[in-house]
Amino acid sequence: MSVIYFIFQQTMFFAIPLLIVALGGMFSERSGVVNIALEGIMTMGAFTSILFLNLTGGVMSGQGQLLIAIVIAMITGVVFSLFHAYAAINMKADQTISGTALNMFAPAFAIFVARIIQGVQQIQFSNTFRIESVPVLGSIPVIGDLLFQNTYITTYIGIAILIVSTIVLYRTRFGLRLRACGEHPQAADAAGVNVYRMQYAGVIISGALAGLGGLVFVVPTSTNFNATVSGYGFLALAVLIFGQWKPVRIMWASLFFGLTKAIASAYSGIPFLNNFGIPSYLYKMIPYIATLIVLIFTSKNSQAPRASGVPYDKGAR
Amino acid sequence: MRKKKFDYTGVFSSVFAIIIGLLVGFVILLFCNVQQAAPGFFTILTGAFTHGAKGVGQVFYYSTTIILTGLSVGFAFKTGLFNIGASGQFIVGGFGAVYVGVMCENLGGVHWLVALLAGVALGALWGLVPGLLKAFFNVNEVISAIMMNYIGMYAVNWFVKSYKPIFNNLRNESKPVLNTANIPKMGLDKLFPDSSINGGFIIAVLAVLLIYIVLDKTTFGYELKAVGYNRDASRYAGINEKKSIVLSMMIAGAISGLSGACLYLAGTGKHIEIVDTIADEGFTGISVALLGLCHPIGILFAGIFIAYLTAGGFYLQLFEFSTEIIDIIVAIIIYFSAFALIVKLLIQKLEKSREAKKQENGGPPPEAEGNGKGGKQA
Repeated sequence: MSVIYFIFQQTMFFAIPLLIVALGGMFSERSGVVNIALEGIMTMGAFTSILFLNLTGGVMSGQGQLLIAIVIAMITGVVFSLFHAYAAINMKADQTISGTALNMFAPAFAIFVARIIQGVQQIQFSNTFRIESVPVLGSIPVIGDLLFQNTYITTYIGIAILIVSTIVLYRTRFGLRLRACGEHPQAADAAGVNVYRMQYAGVIISGALAGLGGLVFVVPTSTNFNATVSGYGFLALAVLIFGQWKPVRIMWASLFFGLTKAIASAYSGIPFLNNFGIPSYLYKMIPYIATLIVLIFTSKNSQAPRASGVPYDKGAR
Repeated sequence: MRKKKFDYTGVFSSVFAIIIGLLVGFVILLFCNVQQAAPGFFTILTGAFTHGAKGVGQVFYYSTTIILTGLSVGFAFKTGLFNIGASGQFIVGGFGAVYVGVMCENLGGVHWLVALLAGVALGALWGLVPGLLKAFFNVNEVISAIMMNYIGMYAVNWFVKSYKPIFNNLRNESKPVLNTANIPKMGLDKLFPDSSINGGFIIAVLAVLLIYIVLDKTTFGYELKAVGYNRDASRYAGINEKKSIVLSMMIAGAISGLSGACLYLAGTGKHIEIVDTIADEGFTGISVALLGLCHPIGILFAGIFIAYLTAGGFYLQLFEFSTEIIDIIVAIIIYFSAFALIVKLLIQKLEKSREAKKQENGGPPPEAEGNGKGGKQA
């Protein structure tokens, strides 16, 4: 049993950042703006918030510090994503190009600033955020072991974001308008929706969530930040498409990805898997191969937002 | 006529982006260290010439790989596909070249050519997968290419590490290739003495020319581009659109594979290192392609330009700036090159006022000519 709990807890560490970032990407794409810059935004969010953790390391600790870091990561993400929004919405730029530029800028900027501030590019922080067991809930049999032990507050934030996203997207006026802008912006405009404002909202939400995702990715899995989020922004993009731009499906996709990642990183500690003697590289490749195979079966009926990636032009017919 | 005008705006917007990128870079240097900013900036602009002809040779040497990955991305772009998988194709191609370079001892004079072709073939194979998935299963090529990046990186690390004859245990990297597998200098070492330049640069230029001819002067290239513009219309026009998509990705993969082969067969002590990170060259290739407006000739110049800046950036360390400033500048250049719209509007305004002036002066009216693109099909 303990092996299953262990795998499940590991899975959450990998799945939650993917979930948060992919949900962010969903808001952007559903409003009609492709956000390939998720990787860069994650890097920036992780950079500023980890820098904060580093600088306040001796003074603060625990959940309060983490919560402030979360806010900082989200604000950074929003500010950085505004560059993408401006290029994509106001300048009608090619969204792949501006996204690529942001992806390139973020790690270079993080290294450059880190070197100026502290001489080396790695930013250390002390992890005081792990929750051994949530009071009361942690002692529930099975569920307590699965969800409320050896965990981080960010896990619950991720789940909350999933629930809120689903409600916002399908049960509010804002969500309906956002989706309309991604499907047929001209029609939305004719119905009195301010398409530009909606697209800005979409990109800003994606920026906030991607920035947060950067922090959420680094905190449980490392004790320093080395100007990279290891391609997780791109993986989130894969999860988003895998999840067909729908919140609940995105959750399943990120859990699937998280599980395969968890097995790849922790298989040697699992006697059952270790006995097979499969080379470690194969485990590392499995998430990506599995994704390819699943995509083959699910892509025939792709449900991408129809206007995603096309700059909105009021005059177009 | 119309096409010429477009090129002109494109070049203009690239120059505009470069100027802004450099200016922002200068401002960042000013922020960091006021006294050193001016000499530092001067170093970025001219550092590549520090060692004269050798320096220029180094620029061409650095540019070889990124011209090729840029060409790979740019070619795919022209055919309506986003090849984010250049990194995976690059490393797999590099592996093919290294494998042949280390293992095949009796090939003599053609050893390097065989190694190069092995790289091309493996790169093409890595491009083939996203192409097939896109054509037959409608899988978004961006996602499958990202997956192929990781699969390729892990597969290469796995094979190099587990296959004793090509693994250098002490340094955790691949063994050096045999001397016969190094690409010949092709006389370039005489032009640029002491530099690392080799025939790879000539191969890259030839690849650029070949892709230019294929894309712009052949029916085959026209079909590839047509499928990129509109898949359904192309099928209606009798083009086998599935074949076109597969071939496009294959060619793009082959070029990236060639890039990897050129790097590891350069005879400059480059080995495949066993690290779990995606090769940077593929992503630099995206920048090169975008800066070069996805036109083969533009990509050639963009690659040399970025290599030139990077070479200058090395000397920045003398002024205690880290070399990442170059990446920042390039990122800003790419960002502003996306703003082609403002530049286009500016130029249109300029041209209108110029034409108005011409007519006032009694000059000939602007030529009225049809769309130049339609005639190419024949």
